[in-house]
Amino acid sequence: MNDKQDDLITVEGLSVFYANGHKALDHVGFTLKSGVICGLVGANGSGKSTLFKTIMGFLKPATGTVRIAGMPVAQALKQHLVSYVPQSEDIDWNFPVLVEDVVMMGRYSRMGFLRIPSREDREKVTQALEEVGLTAFRRRQIGALSGGQRKRVFLARALAQEARIILLDEPFTGVDIQTEKAIIALLQDLRDRGSLILVSTHNLGSVPDFCDEAILINRRILAAGPIAETFTEANLAEAFGGMLRRVQLGGGALHDDEDPRSVTVITDDERPLVLYGHTENQEIMPHRDEKAGKR
Amino acid sequence: MVELVSFYLLDPFAYGFMRRALVAAILVGAVCALLSCYLVLKGWALMGDAVSHAVLPGIVLAWMAGLPLALGAFAAGMGCALLTGYIKDHSRVKEDTVMGIVFAGMFAAGLVMLSRIETDIHLMHILFGNILGVGWGDIAEILALSGVTIAVVFLKWRDFMIYVFDPAYAKVAGLPVRALHFSLLVLLALSIVASLKAVGIILVIALLIAPGATAFLISHDFRRMMILAVLMAVFCCVAGLVISFHADIATAPVIVLLQAGLFAAAFGCNLLREEKSGIWHAKKTKTG
Ligand SMILES: Nc1ncnc2c1ncn2[C@@H]1O[C@H](COP(=O)(O)OP(=O)(O)OP(=O)(O)O)[C@@H](O)[C@H]1O
Ligand SMILES: [Mg+2]
Repeated sequence: MNDKQDDLITVEGLSVFYANGHKALDHVGFTLKSGVICGLVGANGSGKSTLFKTIMGFLKPATGTVRIAGMPVAQALKQHLVSYVPQSEDIDWNFPVLVEDVVMMGRYSRMGFLRIPSREDREKVTQALEEVGLTAFRRRQIGALSGGQRKRVFLARALAQEARIILLDEPFTGVDIQTEKAIIALLQDLRDRGSLILVSTHNLGSVPDFCDEAILINRRILAAGPIAETFTEANLAEAFGGMLRRVQLGGGALHDDEDPRSVTVITDDERPLVLYGHTENQEIMPHRDEKAGKR
Repeated sequence: MVELVSFYLLDPFAYGFMRRALVAAILVGAVCALLSCYLVLKGWALMGDAVSHAVLPGIVLAWMAGLPLALGAFAAGMGCALLTGYIKDHSRVKEDTVMGIVFAGMFAAGLVMLSRIETDIHLMHILFGNILGVGWGDIAEILALSGVTIAVVFLKWRDFMIYVFDPAYAKVAGLPVRALHFSLLVLLALSIVASLKAVGIILVIALLIAPGATAFLISHDFRRMMILAVLMAVFCCVAGLVISFHADIATAPVIVLLQAGLFAAAFGCNLLREEKSGIWHAKKTKTG
């Protein structure tokens, strides 16, 4: 009973076709609860953006259903339950809006017919700007910001919306380690306040760092669930096919003794995923040494 | 001094036709300027051109049916916009290509009808407007059409802004995206119909683009962009009317020329400013 109420996104038997007949999703199903950060991991063209678009109601499924907090998508959107942080390429950075205007958009669906911001709306905007560290930039035009600052503007908009579900499509492309860490800290904070965060990413190595769960996708679901169960070499190999670089170190290259454990480094040229242990039973290594990358 | 002002600025409006032209020009200029901000940012410049050309067959058909010409014009303009959307959604052809075919086809159909049917429609007046010939009846019509547009934009400008800026987010946030899309098309058709008598089919596109484009160059936020666009458009309409009166040239082209001039000036200022800050920046980095 209580379990069901926690289910924020329930996807069942979902298949989606594009107009040209291409089947982008094939009987996809999973359930996500509140208070979770879930990484949506898959190769190019595996259907990550398609899944997002379907959850947001832009694409109509051929079969299957998406339910958000137990409701059909359209109804959930009306209750501003879902927020979305767009890919940077989708934004017109020359558009004449100020940072605070964009963040205020997060409050629109709560405002009345004329969309006049209340005092509460203004306070939430100020608060959101503070949380992402953009207070000093609130009267800047959005194009006059760095790549990382731009990302944070749209994150602030999601914060101001107080949505229970936040979808982020590739939030870490073109962002330096420091900003990535800042964004991750924010996401974790949101999770702790009970939001569900679904992040699509290529960045394999960082997924175990900040995600609680992962969904591996390649048109159909390859694995879904807690990181420790889903992020195995076999699943990743299936998800990415031959697209990953894999380096295994063991024996003499790694140990002076007869230690049979080995290190496997899996990378798609971004942050590598490092597995260590007995070949059949390797564990994910956390990235402790962030500073090394920064010099 | 006072005499000069009076001679140049006030005397023209001693004539009734000039007073009527002034009211019409201000209304049309303002309403087109408001919409131009959205068109410029949405990339709908060609849509404005398409809808304005496509009204011609509607006008002829309405004349034949004895209906108000504005009604026919509006229906044909909306027809063009909707047909374009339909063809784009059901083929691989790009939107601007489809528009080119649809509006040229409709315009040509209108021309063919006009050449085969005896009407009292003056083609030149439809193409280029006849602002000095508008009567109070026409002004009432312009007022009604542009009044609707101005009221809707005044009430809903933020919704339209979000829709143009980030339609995906607008949808996720629960805004009625389809309704906003079609309302914007309806407002576009309405203001084109309102402008026909004053500036005609060919030049209305200038009023629908230039003010927004110029304001875009010099503003960082949308509200200011709209205010600047309207102020500039009204200034150009009044000045254009006065100049055309004294120099005895057609009014609409003078208004359009003034708007193009303002755009050039804003563009030039931007270039200068960028150059200056560039030099300043280079100096600073050299010494520092
Ligand atoms: N508009 C479209 N029409 C037809 N096919 C499409 C369309 N958009 C995407 N596809 C196809 O659907 C499949 C899934 O695309 P999708 O954009 O969901 O991939 P993705 O996982 O987001 O990839 P990426 O990592 O490159 O962003 C791809 O094979 C793609 O070619
Ligand atoms: Mg994608």
